[in-house]
Parts: sequence; C-alpha cells; structure tokens
Amino acid sequence: MKNMFEKIWEAHEVSGDLIYIDLHLVHEVTSPQAFDGLRLAGRPLRRPDKTLATADHNVPTDGTMAARLIADELSRVQVETLERNCEEFGVPLYSLGSDRQGIVHVIGPELGVTQPGMTIVCGDSHTSTHGAFGALAFGIGTSEVEHVLATQCLVQKRPKTMRISYSGELGSGVTPKDLILATIGRLGTGGMVGHAVEYAGAAVESLSMPGRMTVCNMTIEGGGRAGMIAPDETTFEWVRGRPAAPEDFDAAVERWRELPSDAGASFDTEVEVDAGAISPMVTWGTNPSMVVEVTDRVPDPAAMDSPADREAAERALAYMGLEPGTPMTEIAPDRVFIGSCTNSRIEDLREAAAIVDGRQVADSVRAMVVPGSQQVKASAEAEGLHDVFRGAGFEWREAGCSMCLGMNPDILAEGERCASTSNRNFEGRQGKGGRTHLVSPKMAAAAAIEGRFVDIRDWS
Amino acid sequence: MRPIDVIEGRVSVLDRADVDTDQIIPKQFLKRVERTGFGEFLFYDWIRDGEIELEPNPILVTGRNFGCGSSREHAPWALEDFGFQAIVAPSFADIFYSNCTKIGLLPAILGEEHCRAVAEAGEARIDVDDETVTCAAGVFEFEVEPHVKHRLLNGLDDIGITLENAAAIDAFEGSGGAERGPVTTAL
Repeated sequence: MKNMFEKIWEAHEVSGDLIYIDLHLVHEVTSPQAFDGLRLAGRPLRRPDKTLATADHNVPTDGTMAARLIADELSRVQVETLERNCEEFGVPLYSLGSDRQGIVHVIGPELGVTQPGMTIVCGDSHTSTHGAFGALAFGIGTSEVEHVLATQCLVQKRPKTMRISYSGELGSGVTPKDLILATIGRLGTGGMVGHAVEYAGAAVESLSMPGRMTVCNMTIEGGGRAGMIAPDETTFEWVRGRPAAPEDFDAAVERWRELPSDAGASFDTEVEVDAGAISPMVTWGTNPSMVVEVTDRVPDPAAMDSPADREAAERALAYMGLEPGTPMTEIAPDRVFIGSCTNSRIEDLREAAAIVDGRQVADSVRAMVVPGSQQVKASAEAEGLHDVFRGAGFEWREAGCSMCLGMNPDILAEGERCASTSNRNFEGRQGKGGRTHLVSPKMAAAAAIEGRFVDIRDWS
Repeated sequence: MRPIDVIEGRVSVLDRADVDTDQIIPKQFLKRVERTGFGEFLFYDWIRDGEIELEPNPILVTGRNFGCGSSREHAPWALEDFGFQAIVAPSFADIFYSNCTKIGLLPAILGEEHCRAVAEAGEARIDVDDETVTCAAGVFEFEVEPHVKHRLLNGLDDIGITLENAAAIDAFEGSGGAERGPVTTAL
C-alpha cells in the first residue's frame, strides 16, 4: 500500500537521493545565474525538450509587448537575458509578445504540459500549484535550477508525507482560497514544513481544477514542500485536448488512474478539517497564518499565549495600521488586486465579474484585474468579462505577476491598504509600506464595490 | 563553493520568528542577473528604517521558521555576502535550508533554549564535522545529512557529483523512465 507521493517519488528515483525531473519551468528572475553557471562550466543543457520558459515576474502589465520596450532598465535586462539564454540553450520560451505568455504556474496547466504523475520543478516557491494534477511539484533555488538544467535530475531529501482530509462541503460563498487560508491559519506558516501534503476528502474532490490549483498553490505558505490532489475525471477532462495532452490520451488516463493513494496507505501526519465550518477569510497581519473569518475582529495580541506570538502580532498590527478589536468589515482597502498565480484563472475572473456586474467600484478604491496569462485574457475578452470589469471601474491589464510581488510597476504606495487575491501578505511584498489583506476573488470584488470588506455570503 | 569545517567568532542575533525571504532581500534587488553583491541589500527595509541592527559576524542566531516564503536563492546569497557563514535557528523553511547548503552557508538547527544560550554567549565555535556548536553555555549538537556534510566539508559542487553518476541518468532515460510528460520543444 502506497500513498500518491510515494508512487510518484519511487517512479522517479534514479539512484540514491537523485530523482528525475519530467518538466522544468523557467522564468527570468531565478534563472540568469543558473545559465551563467552552465556557460562557465562549459556544460550543455541536458533536456531542452523537458524545459519551458516564460517571462512573468518583471513584465509590465500596461500593454508593453516586447522585452526591448520595458521601461525599467533592470527588468528589461532580466527579460532580455532570459530571451538570450533560451535562444542559446534551445529552450522553448513564451516571452513578452507571445500569445502563450503568462504566469508560469498558469501557463503550464493551460498548455497541458502539467500532467498527473510527473515531477515538476521551477525556481519559484509557488510551483506547488501543479500538484493539483496529482503531480509532485515544488520550488527550487537557483543552484538547483542550474543542477536540473545540467542533469535533468535533482538531489532531494525525501520529505515526510501529510494528508489533510476535508469532510463536508464548502458553504455558499466560501471558496478554495478560504479553505487554504483557514488551513494555514490553523497549522501556522511552519505547520507543513518537511512534508509533501496531500489534500483529500469530499470537499476537495468536488473542486474544479482552478480551485485545486489555488489550494495547492498556497501549500508553501504553510511551509509544505509540495501540495497534491489525486487525479480524477475532473483532472483528465482538464488535460484532454490541450496542446500538450498525450497523443494516446486513453492510455495515459489508464496510467494516471493508478496514481491515487491506495486505500489504507499511511501518512506521517494526518490532519482533519471540517470544510463545512469554514467561512470567508481575511488576513489581518503580515503572514498568511494571521487570518480570521470576515465576521471576526482584528485579534488582540494581549490575549495571545506565547510571548513570541504576542510580539509578532503587535509588530504586524503596527505595520498594518490596525487596532485590536476592529471588526474586519470596518477595514477599508484603498486598492483591490485580482490576479496572481493563486487566483487569476478564467474561473476566478468569472466569479469576480459576477460580483461586480452592474455595480460600481467605490470612489475611495482603485481596483485592477490582471489575467494570469494571455490565453486567460483572450478567453475573458471573448466572454465580455473585460467590459464588465471596465464598466464597473476596474483597470483591465495584460498578463503577469503584477502586484503580487512588486517587481514590476504595479506596486502599492507606502501605507496603502490592498485587498488582494495573491498569496503573501509579508511586509513590503506589494511595495514598501504596503498593507496586504489576502482574500478570495469574490471577497476582493465585493470589497472594491463597498470600499470595505464585506461578508460575501450576505450578497447571495 | 569553498570548503567549511569550523566557523568561529562573534554571534549576531535577530530575535524574530517566521522571518521571510522578502525581508531578507526585498524584491527590488532580485532584478540583478549576477550572483554577487547582494550583501548591502540584506534586510534592506528593516535596517534602513532602524528596526534592527546587525553586525556582519560569522554566526547569525535567529527564530523559528527562518527563511519562509519565496524560493529566491538571493536570500542566502545576501546573508553570505554580508559576512555570515552559519545561521543557527530552531527551524528553517525547507527551500531556504536547501539553498543555504548549496552555497556553503551552514544552516544549523538547535532547540529554542540552545539558540538562546548561543545568542547570550555572544561567541561560538561551530564544528561541521563533529556537528556541534560550542559556546560558554556548553556544547550543543545539531544534525547535517551525510551527503550535505560531505559537500560542505569538501566544498563540492552538487552538479559535478551528479554528473559523475551520468551513467545512472542515461540508464534511467534509456529504460523509459523519462517518457512521462510532454515534449516542450514540440509545442
């Protein structure tokens, strides 16, 4: 009896602690030094046919459609360096201007290169996203990027395994984002460290692929090495017909059906969560575990047991400019950001559009929507979602990481407060002095309309 | 990577838990395409805003879950370039820990109490081979994976070691192990 992680790991063991990598995704920020390393050592790139690159972190979302036109010099150099490196080493690249460009964790699944049973790495911690397909996917550092470029393998200590089982069903208005935020709130930012985490149970099985991707995406915010969900009909239907789908699709599906954890398989750690008890969540602090239900209030550090938690909470509240005891629904964002590898897929945009349709963004709020990829943008425009957003007063932008991490012109000003569908509320993440509240797309959309957080369940 | 066996000297203390890599090296410094020169940007906002002071001593002692967040290797690069040779903490984020070992920056895990003792002692001696941290308060043991220790002690590059084993990779690919997944160059 084996769990899914064990099956995938063991099928990729080359020797000892060396595992084979089926797909290496590359972007401009964590790869230049790795390509340099190859050049310095005179090493070839072993498998360009298992490597795929895009430009996402640095790209402006204002309609700049070629690397040479990027105004910021350092960003331009980084994207142009990626283009040169991919050309030199024969790596397929969807750079700025390509209709397949987008956030690396959005385009992988979209092209169908992300498939069940694979090992997938990328120099980006949110690579855990791809585990939604029943793949083993995790983020690596630049030295490891170079290692994979050179060897198509990775030296890895085998992680422990954890299963988080969700019973019941998510309530109306409660989304996969709320499910994972609530989980991290319970386990802490280090709660999954050292583990490959399998999300299981009825509430997870009923999620769409984008929902599953949102959940697996934020595994790293709980410290998990990888997040995974067993592949099923929902998974197979997503992959079917995509550009990189296997030619003999039925044979592939037969293999993929063997992947889910065997009944009775064991895990090093088991956690149970009642999905039915989860509410829409809003973060109040400076890491994703500092989160409460929207109906709650900003916590009081004085009521916390451990001195370390108390001190961290006090510092977080000072940074966030919040008073203990303030109802979350009285907090008023200045900005709203709908996008990022966590929540920028077409389904996310549809959900947000349904909330804003026929309404207007509050005068006090500047709101923007940044599709995760050029393909998402095209689909959304074909459905007229861009008109819905623009009509409500949202900015409609080009694909990229945008305001998730402030490496491009989309940043918060000092002291600005943002309702964001991204994944990290660390100090300065969205711009120095910026204050981030992580929420679901629905909650972000509603906050844009009302000018403060609202319990989205009241709107349905 | 240069070999490390003994790290000895004064201790800097950053008494915070869950320090994320966005604080260690803020995003605006990730745009450089070089591997060196990140030290001056270490904890850029916290130091510039006067929130913390840090001496470039050989050893940094800090709180649990150090290095959480992004996979940016720029974080260990910055810590090493600043002058640290070892980071001592009750726990580390996985990717950060791995990144440190790849560049010869020693991450040593000690219990909370022992971390505090090393911080209070102000000076320590870390022996990688013996897996011990010695300070005025005593001798504390930590663990390093054998293959990581071997690389650290000898300053070995992981890629070189793996390529010595290229026959195993060839065999894995030859036996059909590499047939999973799409051909990206055919898209």
